[in-house]
Amino acid sequence: MSNTEWPLWEVFIRSKQGLNHKHVGSLRAPDATLALENARDVYTRRSEGISIWVVESSNIHATDIDEVAEFFEPSDTKIYRHPTFYEVPEGVKHM
Amino acid sequence: MQQPALFEYVLRMADDSLILGQRLGEWCGHGPILEEDIAMTNISLDLIGQAISLYDLAAELEGGGKTHDDLAFLRFENQYKNVLLVEQPNGDFAMTMLRQFFFDAFRKPLYEALCKSPITQLAAIAEKSLKETRYHLKHSSEWVIRMGDGTEESHQRAQAAIDHLWRYTAELFYEDTIDEQLQAQQQVPVLKEIQAAWMETVKAVLSEATLVLPTNNWKFEGGRQGRHSEHMGYLLAELQYMQRAYPDMQW
Repeated sequence: MSNTEWPLWEVFIRSKQGLNHKHVGSLRAPDATLALENARDVYTRRSEGISIWVVESSNIHATDIDEVAEFFEPSDTKIYRHPTFYEVPEGVKHM
Repeated sequence: MQQPALFEYVLRMADDSLILGQRLGEWCGHGPILEEDIAMTNISLDLIGQAISLYDLAAELEGGGKTHDDLAFLRFENQYKNVLLVEQPNGDFAMTMLRQFFFDAFRKPLYEALCKSPITQLAAIAEKSLKETRYHLKHSSEWVIRMGDGTEESHQRAQAAIDHLWRYTAELFYEDTIDEQLQAQQQVPVLKEIQAAWMETVKAVLSEATLVLPTNNWKFEGGRQGRHSEHMGYLLAELQYMQRAYPDMQW
C-alpha cells in the first residue's frame, strides 16, 4: 500500500496576531493545492490562522537524534552567551 | 402569513441546504481519507448552518411561532421542497463530489445575486453563505478535475456520476409562480441568468477534467412540489428519529 499513499506534508500556520508561521502538524494530500485545502479543513476550523504554508515532508532535512550530544550539549556550558550579566539601567523599557 | 411566496422560496433554499448537509454528514467516519472526511463534514456543517439561518427567516415569515428545529425535524416528506439532486444517495466518492459540484456551481451565482436582494435578511444570509460556498465550489471543482484527469478508474467513476446525476440538474433552475411573483418585484434573481453562470462553470471544470456533458435531455423533477425520490423517506427517518422518538428533546 505504501507506494499508493499520498505524500506527507508539514503544515505551518500564522495566527491573526502572530508574526511567524508555526508548525502545527502534518497531513496527507496528493498535491500542494489540496494540501492547502486539507490544512484549512483540518487545522483552521477554530479560527486558528490567516495564512497557511505547506511543505512536503520529504523536503525537510532534520538533525539526527543520535547527534544530539555533539550538536547541542556544547552550548549548555557557555552561560556567558546568555545576556544575564548586565545591569539593566533603570528607565529602559521593553527589555 | 403576509408573504407566502417568500416563505416558500426561503423554505426551498433551506431544504436544499439541510438535505445536502445531512447527506454529506453520512460520510462522517467513512471518508476515503481522514483529511477528506473532515472536509466533507466541514461542508456539511456549513450547509446545516445556512439551513438554520434560512429556517429562522422562514419561521419569522410564517409567523406561527415555530423554530428552525420544528421546520427541520417535524414536517412530513411531501412538505420538504428540496430538489431531487441533493437527496440522491452518496454512492462512491465521485458521485458525492459531482453532486456537490453541480450544487455548488448553482449556489454560488445564486448567492451572489441574492446579496443584492432588497430583502435585507435574505441578502445578509447570502453574503455570509457566499464565502462558504466559494470554498465548497473550489474544493468540489478541484476533486472533479483530479478524478476526471486522474487514473482510468477515477475518470470512469466521475463520468458515470455525471451521466447518472445529469437528469437531476435541470430542476435546480425550476421556476413556478412562487419565483415569478418574487422576480416581478425584483426580490430574487431570474434563474435563467443563474443557469448561464452555472453552465459556464460546469463546462470549464469538466473540460479541464477531460469529462463530457451527457447529450440526453432527461429531466427528473418534483422536489419543489414535495414529490421526492424513494431515497428521501430513508433519509428523513434518520434525520428525524430523535425528535420523533423523544419530542422536544434538547442536548
